[in-house]
Amino acid sequence: MKFHKTLHYEALPFENPLSLDRRCYQNLAQETRFFQPRASCPLPSSALPTREAISSPPREDTSDHWSGHLHQYAAHLTIINCCTISMEEGEGSTASKRGGGRLCFICNQRRPALKRPKTQEQICRECFYVVFEEEIHRVIMDNHLFKPGERIAVAASGGKDSTVLAYVLSELNRRHSYGLDLFLLSVDEGITGYRDDSLETVKRNEIQYGLPLKVVSYKDLYGWTMDEIVSVIGLKNNCTFCGVFRRQALDRGAALLKADKLVTGHNADDIAETVLLNILRGDIARLSRCTFIVTGEDGPIPRCKPFKYTYEKEINKYAYFKKLDYFSTECTYSPNAYRGFAREFIKDLERIRPQAILDIIRSGEDFRISTTTRMPEQGTCERCGYISSQKLCKACVLLEGLNRGLLKLGISRANGSRRHDVGHPKPEAKRPIIQNKPCGTLDF
Amino acid sequence: MVGGGGLDLLCNGVKIHHVDVPHKDQNRLEMRDLLAWVQSNLIKERPEMFIKEDSVRPGVLVLVNDCDWELCGGLGAELEEKDVVVFISTLHGG
Repeated sequence: MKFHKTLHYEALPFENPLSLDRRCYQNLAQETRFFQPRASCPLPSSALPTREAISSPPREDTSDHWSGHLHQYAAHLTIINCCTISMEEGEGSTASKRGGGRLCFICNQRRPALKRPKTQEQICRECFYVVFEEEIHRVIMDNHLFKPGERIAVAASGGKDSTVLAYVLSELNRRHSYGLDLFLLSVDEGITGYRDDSLETVKRNEIQYGLPLKVVSYKDLYGWTMDEIVSVIGLKNNCTFCGVFRRQALDRGAALLKADKLVTGHNADDIAETVLLNILRGDIARLSRCTFIVTGEDGPIPRCKPFKYTYEKEINKYAYFKKLDYFSTECTYSPNAYRGFAREFIKDLERIRPQAILDIIRSGEDFRISTTTRMPEQGTCERCGYISSQKLCKACVLLEGLNRGLLKLGISRANGSRRHDVGHPKPEAKRPIIQNKPCGTLDF
Repeated sequence: MVGGGGLDLLCNGVKIHHVDVPHKDQNRLEMRDLLAWVQSNLIKERPEMFIKEDSVRPGVLVLVNDCDWELCGGLGAELEEKDVVVFISTLHGG
C-alpha cells in the first residue's frame, strides 16, 4: 500500500496582481498551502513565501515582506490548493524505480531529468531550459549588462560554454527584445588538429544561429602561429603565450567589429577556479578583478560574463539536451597543469557541496584588500598602445622574445630585471627587428 | 553507451559503443559494474581521466536514459537492456 499525494492545480484566481488585497491573502492563507512558481517565474524559489508565511495571516498594519513579491510576481505563480491524500494499491509506476517516482519540482507533471546544483531541486528537461535561460536573463538585467542598440561580440571558441552562450543570448535577445546586434568572434591561434576543427564548429554556428562571424588569427596579428611558437619554445610556457595573445586578439577583433562589448562564456566554475589560482599566486590585483561581472569598463572594450553564476554542469547538460553543435577536444598542446589541479579541486568540492562554487566566488567578491597593498597602476603599452601596467604590454614583451630568440623574455618573474631592459630598447639595435613583425597598433 | 566531451579520445576516438556487459548476478547490473567493465574493456589510455577511486572522476557527467544518474541512484543505479548511458567530461578548457 502506498500513499500518493495528488495536488490540485488551480489557475490563479486573480490575474491582475493589484487585486491581491489583504483580504485575499487571508482567504489564501486558509485555502492554500503553498505557492508553486510557474516555469516562467523569474524568482528563485527561495524568494517565494514559505508555507508557514502563507498560512499565518499578514499583519493588519504593514504589508508583509513577501506580499511585495506576490504583487510583483503573481502572474508567475500557480497556487496549489490543499493536498488530497489518496491511496493507491501496489507499487508505483516504472517511474518510481528510476528517479524515485518523483515529479518535476516546478511543473509537477513530468519526470525530473536532473538535480539543480544551486537548489537541489529535481526538475525536468523542459523546466530546466526555462529556469536556465531566465536565470541568465535575470543576471543580464540585474547587472545592466547591455543597452539597446549595442553591438555585442560573443567570444566563440566552438566549445560548449561559448556555444551555449551564443545560443542563449540570441534566444534572449529575441524573446526579451534586448535590441542587440550579436556577432561571433573567434581567434585562430594556428593549432593544427585543434583550432582548425573547432573553427569549423563556429562556422556551422554562424549559420545555425544566424550570427555573423569574424575570425582573427595570431598569424595576421603577430606574425606567428601557435604551431610555429611551439616549434621554437617547446611545450613549456606555451600556454602563457597563447593566453596573453588571445586576450589582445579578442580586443582587436572586437574593435574590428566595432563592438561595444565583448561577452565571454566564463562560467561559475571557471571564476571559482580563477579566484583560487589568484590566491595561490598572491595576485591581489587580479583577485579583486576576477569576480567582476563586467571588466575593462574604462578600457576600449568592456568585457562581461553572463555565465558568472552558471554552473558548468548545467551548461554541459543544456548543450547536451539541446543537442547543440559544439566541439570538445583538449588542446593538443599540454594543458595548464597548475590550473588543472585547481579545476579538479573545485570539482571535488562541488561533489561534496555544490554551493561551494558560488561561495568561493562570493569570497572573491567580498575580499577586502589592505590599504597598504600597492596596486599596479594601469597605463598603456609604449609600443602598441594596449592597456598595460608595465612600459610594454606582455604581448609585446613575449613577441620581442620570440623575434629576437630570447625565449625566456617575459616568462618568469626571475627575469624581472631583464624585462626592465626591454622597456628601454636601444633604438639602433632593436627597432628594426621589431618592425619586421609588429604586433600592430590598436585601432580605437 | 556514449562518451562525449573528449572522453571518446580515451577509447580510440570512438563515441558510441554498443556493449553487452556480462554480469554475475543474473538479474542485476548496476552502474558500478558498468564502470568497472568500461574501465577494463573500453578505456585505452589515461584511465585517470575517467575514474577516480571507485566512481567517475568529479566533473564527468553521467546520464542514464537522459536522466542524471544522481536521480537514478548513482553507483547503485540498476541498468536494463537497451539503456543508454552517456558520459560527458567537463574537465578541459574551452
